[in-house]
Amino acid sequence: MSFLDIVNLQKSFGSAYAVKNFNLSVVRGEFVSFLGPSGCGKTTTLRMIAGFEHPTAGLIRIDGKDVTNLRPNQRKIGMVFQSYALFPNMTVAENVAFGLKVARKPAEEVKARVAEMLKLIGLPHLGDRYPYQLSGGQQQRVALARAIAPKPQILLLDEPLSALDAKIRISLREEIRAVQRELGITTIYVTHDQEEALSMSDRIVVMNEGQVEQIGNPFEIYNRPSTRFVASFVGTLNILRAKVVDGASGRVAVDGQEIILPHGLPVSGAGEATLALRPEAITLNAHDASGSRLDGTIDEVSFLGSVIRIRVRLQNNIVTLDTFNNVGHRPPERGQPATISFAREDVLVLDEPQAA
Amino acid sequence: MKNSRLGSWLTIVLGAAYFLIPLIATVEFSLRMKRGEYSLEAYRVVLTDPRFQATFGYSTLIALATIVVGVLLVVPTAYWVQLRLPRWRPVVEFVTLLPLVIPPIVLVFGFLRLYNSSSWLPLTGSARGTDVLLTLGYATLALPYMYRAVDTGLRAIDIRTLTQAAESLGASWPTILFRVILPNVRVAVLSGAFLTFAIVIGEFTIASLLNAPAFGPYLQLIGANRAYEPSALAIIAFMITWACMGLIQVVGRGANRYRAAR
Repeated sequence: MSFLDIVNLQKSFGSAYAVKNFNLSVVRGEFVSFLGPSGCGKTTTLRMIAGFEHPTAGLIRIDGKDVTNLRPNQRKIGMVFQSYALFPNMTVAENVAFGLKVARKPAEEVKARVAEMLKLIGLPHLGDRYPYQLSGGQQQRVALARAIAPKPQILLLDEPLSALDAKIRISLREEIRAVQRELGITTIYVTHDQEEALSMSDRIVVMNEGQVEQIGNPFEIYNRPSTRFVASFVGTLNILRAKVVDGASGRVAVDGQEIILPHGLPVSGAGEATLALRPEAITLNAHDASGSRLDGTIDEVSFLGSVIRIRVRLQNNIVTLDTFNNVGHRPPERGQPATISFAREDVLVLDEPQAA
Repeated sequence: MKNSRLGSWLTIVLGAAYFLIPLIATVEFSLRMKRGEYSLEAYRVVLTDPRFQATFGYSTLIALATIVVGVLLVVPTAYWVQLRLPRWRPVVEFVTLLPLVIPPIVLVFGFLRLYNSSSWLPLTGSARGTDVLLTLGYATLALPYMYRAVDTGLRAIDIRTLTQAAESLGASWPTILFRVILPNVRVAVLSGAFLTFAIVIGEFTIASLLNAPAFGPYLQLIGANRAYEPSALAIIAFMITWACMGLIQVVGRGANRYRAAR
């Protein structure tokens, strides 16, 4: 039984659509991320759930109740903003207590809940500080505590880690996920950072130009992208142009070298197909003869420390792959012949092949 | 290079002399009430005059009422203009600047025509009614200063996100305005309040034509009838204004430190 239902949600500004035909059902306690580039409509959708934007059409239901026309302060949501948005005139404890006081909770209950929240975010000793006395990471943790203190039905996070540096980002995303799991709170998380979305979410909604491209768990989104956009936006991809040799049996030629696809193509004769390969699916100069193989020459070798990035030129197509640095094994040199190999199932077919 | 520096210094000296000589002369004159010696006699006479105390007390009360009216009028207006009606900003700015263009004499004649004792709302018919009219008139006169001070304060904080954060926590509009927005523009409101105070304490035209027992008309009355006391009063009025300016500087500096720390 779904807890949050979004049905045919639309938002237009004049004639331009910011969000179009958005449908999603979220079960209680689920962590769902909206992932996409700037301007894809993910924040607008989140703001419609929060009540800060009114949809042009569609319906939002929380726990079976239609909230589409409710004001934000009537929706029982908790929201965390990119800019923290802590009240500068209040201490950390007063910030966390704000929602509870607004709900007219008894003073004892407020005090206990504030202490519980500050302990949860690991800042029990900073209750008397003002926001300007805290670091960015600490401020965002306080913002999280403030949002969840009144026990909201849904927690909404709008790119909460974008303003923080890389190290804090990683530790804080683990903390947010841990707090979310501990409280079992239904959460919508907006981000443009695929690593964040992949590492935190139960499910990811990939959006582009106001529309949903794919909804799935991180494994599906990464390994089985359903559209070209998802394949190119999530993770790094090698794009290969191939000629169809025999569509029905899935035989194609990449720069004159034949490989067999995991399934047949809906083109009987000759044509063009766009294929994709994740860098981690490719092995260089493997001794194992199984799977597909393509021959080329080493075009570029970049030593990045623990990882060596190698570019292999087939002819017109270029493939990039990463190998781990090995002290006893010298990296290949430019101009050397090389063979790349990969499992047949790892090849993604991006476009429907066009008949020549 | 040398010439230009000399020119700058000359300008400063001339400017300072233009302002300071009359001031020093006034101070010097105010100290000469007792023949043949410098004394604070004129100040003693002024400060012990019951009319001084009554008019100054009255003007202070009116100033405080004006500040309250001004804050209640300007803070929500500036807030809404920034948050929801940014397109109306030029119109509101124009309206708030009008008191600088329209002289108080015009304003007070308008008041007298609209609210005289035989009008539909005879505010001038009673002392309380006159107080209300005076307060509203002063709130109008102080509008350019109050609005600018508050508007600048609001621009310095992210009121949109703060409002949304409070809203998501269940807060209603009055709660947002009085517990989140107003405390964060406190310094700006105080600046506006001190400017309002300085304007109201010395205002003559409106108070005189409404026949209100205010400090401005008292200053004029003393000035027309006495020799040394007006100088002492002028210096006292100056000092009140300077104290207000000084307080703006002090609270403003506090705010800058706060903002820098942020």
